[in-house]
Amino acid sequence: MRTEDAIAVKIDGLTKKFGDFVAVDSISLTVRKGEVFGFLGPNGAGKSTTIKMLCGLLTPTEGTGSVGGYDVRNEAEEIKKHIGYMSQRFSLYETLTAEENIDFFSGIYGVPSDKKSERKDWALRMAGLEDRKNALTGTLPGGFKQRVALGCAILHEPPIIFLDEPTSGVDPVSRRSFWDLIYRMSAEGVTVFVTTHYMDEADYCDRLALIYRGRLIAEGTPQQLKEEYMVKDVLEIEVDDVVGAMETLERRGIESVVFGSLLHVAVEKDPQGPAKLKEMLEQDGIPVNGIEQIPPSLEDVFVTLIEVS
Amino acid sequence: MKLRRVSAVAKKEIIQILRDPFSLALAFLMPVLLLFIFGYAITLDVDNLKTTVYDQDNSRESREFLSEMVRSGYFTVVGYPSTPAEITPYLDKGIARIAIWIPYDFSKNLRTGKESQVQVLVDGSDSNTATIGLAYVAAVADLFTQRMSPTRRLPPIEPRLRVWYNSELKSRNFIIPGLVAVIMGIIAALLTSLTIAREWERGTMEQLVSTPIKKTELLLGKLIPYFLIGLIDVAISVIIGIFLFGVPFRGSVVLLFLVSSIFLFGGLSFGILISVATKSQLLASQVAMVTSYLPAFLLSGFMFSIANMPQPLQLMTRIIPARYFVSLIKDIFLKANPLKFLAFDTLLLSVFGILAFAMANRKFKKKII
Repeated sequence: MRTEDAIAVKIDGLTKKFGDFVAVDSISLTVRKGEVFGFLGPNGAGKSTTIKMLCGLLTPTEGTGSVGGYDVRNEAEEIKKHIGYMSQRFSLYETLTAEENIDFFSGIYGVPSDKKSERKDWALRMAGLEDRKNALTGTLPGGFKQRVALGCAILHEPPIIFLDEPTSGVDPVSRRSFWDLIYRMSAEGVTVFVTTHYMDEADYCDRLALIYRGRLIAEGTPQQLKEEYMVKDVLEIEVDDVVGAMETLERRGIESVVFGSLLHVAVEKDPQGPAKLKEMLEQDGIPVNGIEQIPPSLEDVFVTLIEVS
Repeated sequence: MKLRRVSAVAKKEIIQILRDPFSLALAFLMPVLLLFIFGYAITLDVDNLKTTVYDQDNSRESREFLSEMVRSGYFTVVGYPSTPAEITPYLDKGIARIAIWIPYDFSKNLRTGKESQVQVLVDGSDSNTATIGLAYVAAVADLFTQRMSPTRRLPPIEPRLRVWYNSELKSRNFIIPGLVAVIMGIIAALLTSLTIAREWERGTMEQLVSTPIKKTELLLGKLIPYFLIGLIDVAISVIIGIFLFGVPFRGSVVLLFLVSSIFLFGGLSFGILISVATKSQLLASQVAMVTSYLPAFLLSGFMFSIANMPQPLQLMTRIIPARYFVSLIKDIFLKANPLKFLAFDTLLLSVFGILAFAMANRKFKKKII
């Protein structure tokens, strides 16, 4: 990398238009070295478009950006030497074995010959495929595919890694072990820029950016987001008649979400809030067994932020 | 440029081809199949012309004339009508292409030194065959006349004919070499037209363009396996041409492969250009077929002589590489010309190849859109 300072990715006013459609609308953010940076948003929000601009695969319409100190507009090929990119779509060759795919990318990334077999062993071990290295990649289960794909993308040990929805369509156990991998790399000083639409995964990131309809709507650590951006309190209500309670709340214009036998509602910040709500429900003949304010989940934060914007 | 990257791409491509039955068939079966189909189907020679004979004279002379015709090998008698009215159905139904009617005074006129006449009816719906058939009859008649009355009717000038390069004037001798050229043109463009488009369609290109590989490295790596396949195809076709179709091979094998390599490079690069431009396998294969097959077949001088084409078409043939390759490969097969006679056409092929590769390289972008 060119820069010695602590910045891995810096973008300013980055915009991508496809005809009249603005896919990414003037996004600015900074990612520090060694950080796990989560890029969150619903499908079609512009996450992949942003990541592709950062990897030098798309030229921005407006704005500037640098990755590892190289300009995304003019030094795209330099960037490609210093990053690993894993696209949303599975992008290994299905008619090649895991080992052949690894050999191919090892050649493409120019892994030095004295390191080649060591890196191959590492990738196979990481993917859990030491015994199945001769299986055609197309026949492997999703979790294995994902891990070989990651292995191939980082054979050359790049300092910055871009992962576009790496865990979509993967079972929860594989997702968990995939995140363990991300942590391990981050601990070794690698910067990881990861997009996801799983809100539970967002909590694993050091810092987050929320993107919605091409615009950046919030940025910060998971804790910051929950504290600063949450303009409402989340109350958890315990009732016997969940359906009745929901109907009652709806009549008064309060949205509620069912969590098992519990109800979550977001209300205006008010220290007396729980007591008021309890009173309100009991007036309507719904006995309340318990009500308390709980810390919001990132999903609550995100839903609220989208309503606001 | 790093050779390691080129060889990584080439190796990957070879494994993919070997594991894909469709690619294998396209690479090795298709040229052989084309060679067989066209090699047997396209023949401009007319022999065993189906002939019906109405011999009214039925004399020693008339029978002699008929056996002269049969001996020539160009005619096969398929029937003997016994009345003039019976001749027509033979031609109408296509049982015979040609009908010979020998009048009752044929032998009498011959013996008395008068002019003898033979009526020849030809099915003109296939004008090429008709013309050639008529010429054969005339030739046989000439030969027969000379033999019957050697002192009379000597032509004032007797041309001593010698046909060079293809002494038997067998059309197969020039069709097969031309066919090899045409097939190589089609195969080359088809093979590579799919290779880049496939990667775009399957999503693997997105990964590839995010790596530090250079455009030239990728395109060369893609080209090399198909280049080797192309050379194997040339060898197979030439061997089939020589040993199965009996075409003489008089030139230099080295020259054949040199010229073929240059042509293949151009054809393969052109296929890659199509692939890069279309990004779709279906579209790419269609464009490749239309742009390689049609001109190679119609405008290369393989089927139709360029000299007989109208001027604008003649000019058009100049930009069709198959034209030069067809003429080069014919020359190598039949004339054994040294390189200096072939240098200009070879140079043009090289220019085309370099141009096609440069255009593909320029058109290919390591971007998604």
